[in-house]
Amino acid sequence: MCGIAGIIYTSGRGDVGRDMTNMLQAMKHRGPDSTGFALYGEPDDLLVMRFKLADPNDGNDFGYEERLNRSRREVESRLAKIGADIDRVEGESDYAYRATFRYEGELKPLADYVEDVPGAEVLSLGHSLEIIKDLGDAETVAEQYRLNDFTGTHAIGHVRMATESDVDIAGAHPYWAYPFSDVAVVHNGQLTNYHQWRRRLERTGHRFQSECDSEIIAVYLAQSMADGLPLETAMKQSLEDLDGVFTYLVVTQDQLGMAKDEMAAKPLVLHEGDGVVVLASEEGAIREVLQQEIDSYDPYEGEVMVWSR
Amino acid sequence: MQAPTKPGRYDIRGLAEPDAEAPRTAVISGTTAQLDAAELSTRKINLELRRLLHEEGVTDITLHNPKARHSIAVGLLLRCRITIEGSLGYFGCGLADGAEIHVKGRVGWSVAENMMSGVVVIDKNAGSLTGAALRGGDLVVRGHAGARTGIDQKGGTIIVGGNAGSMTGFMMQRGRQIICGDAGPGLGDSMYDGVLYVAGKVASLGVDCVEEEMTDADNELIDRKFGIYRLDRPDTFRKFVCGKQLYNYDTLEPSERKLVL
Repeated sequence: MCGIAGIIYTSGRGDVGRDMTNMLQAMKHRGPDSTGFALYGEPDDLLVMRFKLADPNDGNDFGYEERLNRSRREVESRLAKIGADIDRVEGESDYAYRATFRYEGELKPLADYVEDVPGAEVLSLGHSLEIIKDLGDAETVAEQYRLNDFTGTHAIGHVRMATESDVDIAGAHPYWAYPFSDVAVVHNGQLTNYHQWRRRLERTGHRFQSECDSEIIAVYLAQSMADGLPLETAMKQSLEDLDGVFTYLVVTQDQLGMAKDEMAAKPLVLHEGDGVVVLASEEGAIREVLQQEIDSYDPYEGEVMVWSR
Repeated sequence: MQAPTKPGRYDIRGLAEPDAEAPRTAVISGTTAQLDAAELSTRKINLELRRLLHEEGVTDITLHNPKARHSIAVGLLLRCRITIEGSLGYFGCGLADGAEIHVKGRVGWSVAENMMSGVVVIDKNAGSLTGAALRGGDLVVRGHAGARTGIDQKGGTIIVGGNAGSMTGFMMQRGRQIICGDAGPGLGDSMYDGVLYVAGKVASLGVDCVEEEMTDADNELIDRKFGIYRLDRPDTFRKFVCGKQLYNYDTLEPSERKLVL
């Protein structure tokens, strides 16, 4: 089933961490397996990289900590070797980390080099995007990663009921559009031409870290934008190119977009208020952010909408 | 990760609160009552509504702070008047038989599904599957309705003041829908019977849905219904019914049909 939510402050900033946690917690019944956040803080010269070195499902066996420490040192040395000027690397949990560094080059060689470390996976990379995802409900993940004081401009989130792939961090949304900076997607639905698109994108050099169909949407859109299309055009084209039932949300450094398939098979409720746009699979989640009576509606089939901050 | 332990006994029906009792928090005066749902769970709200209607003899209830929760005011099987001061989530007012319900906010998916009789009026927009499998009564949405409005409708009347989404009237079997705005693609797809009136643009007709002339009886029906609910009547209604081409199974493949002809 899955639940998706998004919020964008069209003027100014807000408590995106806390708002998103409340919204996702209100939709816990739609997906209790894992919860993920894509939060946008203040854009910075520094790059932010969220990465993990193990999975919460991995056995905490003899030598687990030492292995993690070794991998972490390896990631740091590789970042330095490829030319990144490391600001800091913080452990968010014993297997997930947040690194900030100065780096001018291409992102793909850097991400590839980091992911070459055993067990390493880059969850997000960009100047303001930070993807946090883990097993458990929204409050568990928010507490683990201390998201309540995260302020920013926009965010999307996802609660997952796994249908297509494993319950682990690799299968959790949101997906970063590897290796494009600051693009992420959450998706509710199933893509039926997933394998075609995955092969097509793999032939052009993209790598996919999960078996989850949603990952291709992120890469597909980011590739279209890299080819010069505006986000909205790329999304409209995706309605033609992607088969299946889906409602997805996409975020870039300053935009948030939604698209719904031509059958309107997956829900989304939308409220456009003064200075804030909130979207969620259920209105109950929107009420966690806006308690007053609001006007809201369901976008129709085949609709694409984009908001800028 | 450990699953959270649930207090109370295991319930074979899968109820989250198998031992819940009506909270008795409503303020009753004569045959009317005010119920504040802000601090109540869904199950407690519905138990309290039942207690008021069946035990206290209340016939007119105002529900405050529904906070867009799912499955509120379902299965009300007697004549009563319910006013909901706010919005509902999914499956609101379902399985009703005789209740007159006025929702002053918006509703999510599947409002008034399987209603047998009575009236449900929604002041704002409705989600998809509005009036799914409706069997009787009137369902009035003053705003827009989502996709598949009146899917599998078996009777009654659905009135939409605004637009309706794709596949409106999908597989409908009886009853009527009056849509004042536009209808999405696939209007009346695979309908068996019943009537769809659309005043605005129709994006496309579904399989075996055809247009028919409006009659005086059709106009009178719309006039009367709009009079009851004080709606503005557009003059541009068109009538769509089942073409009945799918009633009999045609066993010929397209290539074979060519040969026969």
